[in-house]
Amino acid sequence: MTTRAWPALPALILLLVFFLFPVVRMLGFSLEGGTFDWYAKALGEGLYLRVFWNTFEIALLVTVFCLLLGYPLGFLMATTTPGWATLGFIFVLLPLWTSVLVRTYAWMVLLGRNGVFNRLLMEAGLTTDPIPLLHNFTGVLIGMVHVLLPYMVLPIYGAVRRIDPAIPAAAAGLGASGGRIFWRIYLPLTLNGIFAGSVLVFVLSLGFFITPALLGGGRVMMIAVLIEQQVREALNWPFAAALSAVLLVATFAIYALAQRFSQPETTR
Amino acid sequence: MNSKGNTRRLLVAACALIYFFLMLPLLVVFPISLSSAPYMQFPPPGLSWQWYERYLDDPQWIDATWRSLYVGGATAALALALGVPLAFALVRSRFPGRALLDRLALAPLIVPTIILSVATYGLFAKLKLVGTWYGLVVAHTVLALPFVVLVLAAGLRDFDRALEQAAAGLGASRWQTLRRITLPMLRPSLVSAGLLAFISSFDEVVVALFLAGANMTLPKKMFDNIMMEIDPTIAAVSVIQILLVSVVLILIGRFGRGLRDSAR
Repeated sequence: MTTRAWPALPALILLLVFFLFPVVRMLGFSLEGGTFDWYAKALGEGLYLRVFWNTFEIALLVTVFCLLLGYPLGFLMATTTPGWATLGFIFVLLPLWTSVLVRTYAWMVLLGRNGVFNRLLMEAGLTTDPIPLLHNFTGVLIGMVHVLLPYMVLPIYGAVRRIDPAIPAAAAGLGASGGRIFWRIYLPLTLNGIFAGSVLVFVLSLGFFITPALLGGGRVMMIAVLIEQQVREALNWPFAAALSAVLLVATFAIYALAQRFSQPETTR
Repeated sequence: MNSKGNTRRLLVAACALIYFFLMLPLLVVFPISLSSAPYMQFPPPGLSWQWYERYLDDPQWIDATWRSLYVGGATAALALALGVPLAFALVRSRFPGRALLDRLALAPLIVPTIILSVATYGLFAKLKLVGTWYGLVVAHTVLALPFVVLVLAAGLRDFDRALEQAAAGLGASRWQTLRRITLPMLRPSLVSAGLLAFISSFDEVVVALFLAGANMTLPKKMFDNIMMEIDPTIAAVSVIQILLVSVVLILIGRFGRGLRDSAR
């Protein structure tokens, strides 16, 4: 039984009419009047340029923290017994599929002025005034790392799994120390997974909206929050479109670069 | 050998802390949802069901829950109806533009949701579709389609086509083969894909923020409540949502293609 191309037609129509067309149509607003004025505003004015830098800075930090936390997790899950690995998967997938709102709300409860952390710190006598953890950079960072960590863990897990266990075993048999085995075998052989996870986390961070909007409390401006404000409050569609175009180009450029430099993943 | 054991113990201890970080937000809402205090307080001074009662007694919350359930169900149905044939075409046929279609089908995963939301909002405002449940279903289907395609494509690639050839050799029509052999064998992938599509819509908030209008879905109602006032009713709603997601994950683990495959 061979399938031809026609079964793809209904989905293709949906994607063209309700995905490609609206996105292209909106991006077209940015060239209103046939000029690049809105792009000049987005990339020329210090205020907006800072939002872009802010976004990149947060995305970079989130990626670094996700890597630092995600590598040990992926490594352990890939090298432990199947039973523990399944448990580990549940603890990674349950947060992944829990609504971002639920998690953001929980962080507000944990990090707020009268939140769980500050209550505990004050009761322990470690601080007399509540430490500002919410509605600032720290809060956004914690919330975003929490949301994006699973996206780092899964590719690293996959990369470690693909290593033939005979290789580290042989190195150990030949007298290599644990540290040496990690630096000379595991790390070089998992670079692909590290790279894939980092690109994914970085790119997803760039377009993040809910977490900075709620945990940033208006004080941490990221590009997606700015786009939303321009559409809903300023009703400035051409400017929102120009900002969207820049975000979209940045996203695609990073993916394109990443694909050039990495081996194609075997899952596709 | 001893130092290796110590390193391993250190790794396990570090991972225990990281798992704690991952699970903490999910766990903290349970005690808060059962609090007897009139406002957010931790640890709760006593236990009560008052926030669950408030949720159940508030027609707005119940309304939003029902809407999210049927929007999610309709999204799953539409995403399967469109995504399954699409996955068949992408995996089993060679036609010009196949690689391009493959990218287009997965693009909603890559394009930032805020851009998709704003763009769809612009179009739907023109078409008077903002505030309609079926408009939301269409937008959610665009987002759910990549999940269906990825899960089904993985299932189709592992498929042993000799069974279809055997059926055809024994005189089954193409339609009979599809209905009696192919689809039943793909059932685990279909279950996973449908449930993932449902959850992706049920949890989705950014598109809903723009398109739902006055007809709230559960995540939009939660977003508005968090913006206005933090009251522990949200904790009760959160617990219900976490339990629902757990049930769906158990269903995927039990009847779907393994959790690990669907995660990729």
